[in-house]
Amino acid sequence: MATAAETFRICPTTGLKIHLSAQTLIKANAVAAVVFLLFGGLLGLSVALTRWPAVHILPANWFYLALTAHGFNVLLCWIIFFEVAILYFASAVLLNSRLAAPRAAWVAFALMVIGAVMTNVVVLQGDSSVMFTSYPPLRAQPGFYLGLILFAVGALTAVGCFFGTLVIAKEEKTYEGSVPLVTFGAITAAIIAVFTLASGAIILIPTFLWSVGLVSNIDPLMYKLVWWAMGHSSQQINVSAHVAVWYAIAAMTLGAKPISEKVSRTAFLLYILFLQLASAHHLLVEPGLSSEWKVFNTSYAMYLAVLGSMIHGMTVPGAVETAQRERGYTKGLFEWLRKAPWGNPAFAGFFLSLVLFGFLGGISGVVMGTEQINLLMHNTLYAPGHFHATVVAGTTLAFMAITYLVVPLIFQKEIMFPRMAQWQPYIFAIGIAGISVFMMGAGTLGVPRRHWDITFSDALLHYDYPPAAYLMLALNGLSAIAAALGGAMYIINVVASVSFGKSVKGAVRQAQPATPLPAAVVGQYGSVAHVRIPGTVVLVTVFLVSFVLYYFVNWKYLSEVWPMR
Amino acid sequence: MADSAEPTGTPTQERVPFMQRLLDNPFLLLFIGVTIPTVLYLVWGIMELVQIPVAPR
Repeated sequence: MATAAETFRICPTTGLKIHLSAQTLIKANAVAAVVFLLFGGLLGLSVALTRWPAVHILPANWFYLALTAHGFNVLLCWIIFFEVAILYFASAVLLNSRLAAPRAAWVAFALMVIGAVMTNVVVLQGDSSVMFTSYPPLRAQPGFYLGLILFAVGALTAVGCFFGTLVIAKEEKTYEGSVPLVTFGAITAAIIAVFTLASGAIILIPTFLWSVGLVSNIDPLMYKLVWWAMGHSSQQINVSAHVAVWYAIAAMTLGAKPISEKVSRTAFLLYILFLQLASAHHLLVEPGLSSEWKVFNTSYAMYLAVLGSMIHGMTVPGAVETAQRERGYTKGLFEWLRKAPWGNPAFAGFFLSLVLFGFLGGISGVVMGTEQINLLMHNTLYAPGHFHATVVAGTTLAFMAITYLVVPLIFQKEIMFPRMAQWQPYIFAIGIAGISVFMMGAGTLGVPRRHWDITFSDALLHYDYPPAAYLMLALNGLSAIAAALGGAMYIINVVASVSFGKSVKGAVRQAQPATPLPAAVVGQYGSVAHVRIPGTVVLVTVFLVSFVLYYFVNWKYLSEVWPMR
Repeated sequence: MADSAEPTGTPTQERVPFMQRLLDNPFLLLFIGVTIPTVLYLVWGIMELVQIPVAPR
């Protein structure tokens, strides 16, 4: 049996004890995530350039193939591989514990890789362009569903290793009292993942049997209902994970403690209770479901989950403000914000992710989740505009930001191009904010989602969209180029740093540091002693006013399109 | 945070609040977090769908 000195090392930055098996698995999952981001990102650029009528680079069959593969690679593969890395970090590393069942974790990794490659190969063969949602009666090749099932089983196994690690850490008393807040956020993500992946299995296994001819029929509405329990909830795993990442980056870059552990944990509890019910907003125009089911799941339950997000929207910047004020940045309302470490790509990426997720993704999500005003933009480009604000501006940007900490702490390599790293979050954020805003703008003008050619150039009957819609699609294409540039900067820098970067000095130091390190708060339980957040209160007030105005503007739009006086 | 498994007879033993015990129990949270959406979203939704009459041929 290996000794503790052989299986653990001490991180010189955080003072955390890192299980080497967990470290290797974090590296493997993070590398796989970045590979799928590269592939899925290139496909996304081709989709955006095809939507730009003046460029329109892909023929119709390639457009739908690229759209299918883009959704699968970035929404599932990039995100879930990275989330598995986060789960191992938040359990084994933050709790100073060994990882439960590393062999099972490797089996999970292998299943996820095999499943992801299988689905990609089948999609690239060209006869499974059923898009991410794969609604019946569209039927893909059996390998498409089988790959998804293998990927889901692998991810579920990884979540099992995470829960097993929590048990080991408690049994072996590697921490005292409650788990750190970042670990609690990861627990939230893992709980949502269990429901998500189980729902995926419930619907994808019969659909696979239908694709091989063993089941005669899949009811399209039943499929949609159960599929969205996976399809939307998988994005709620992201929300929980990236909020945990926000708290982690605030702690690791500024030594920021939560302003209230109780309040932040209660906000995560609201996610556990209600966030998954938001899946219902995809079915708000389906005739077979009652208004009671729709309104309860969205306009009641979902708003409680939104309350959780709004709480985090105050407590995360509040933690940053408190930490900055303790450092002496106390002048006026915003000295703490002006003098924040904007040149640190981890901090910059995190804060941009927070702002863009709240203002673009959060507000538009509530509008889409309201049964009446959802009618204005259902199945238009507004929907991808919304989820690019949540999943890309929110989750992907946050994951990119924490990578700048993971590379030195876990891979023990210096960032090879620090100047490029400083610029990267801003360029990516400008690009993705543009994609979100301009797609939502085009959607508001009625441009449908998933349409290869809105000019209907080869159709007998034409429909003329307003010229502003074409402008929006052109600006969306330009924004996609900026986002692709930011994505390329991230991937080049990460791959170069991991492959050829200098080793971080002192990273193999085996002794516990003599003095407490600021970043060590990421692995601790506890709130700040004195909370003073006037600047955050102003920022939150601006957010709430924007929220209320945009919400009521949409009701005004609705009153204008509704032919009742 | 006080742990409920403190040695018996400790004079300063405090009762751990219900919410704290809930938040410190990941498996109870897992049960709640899976049951609520299963009942309110899946089961309720499926019950509504199976009650839709089949269209006459």
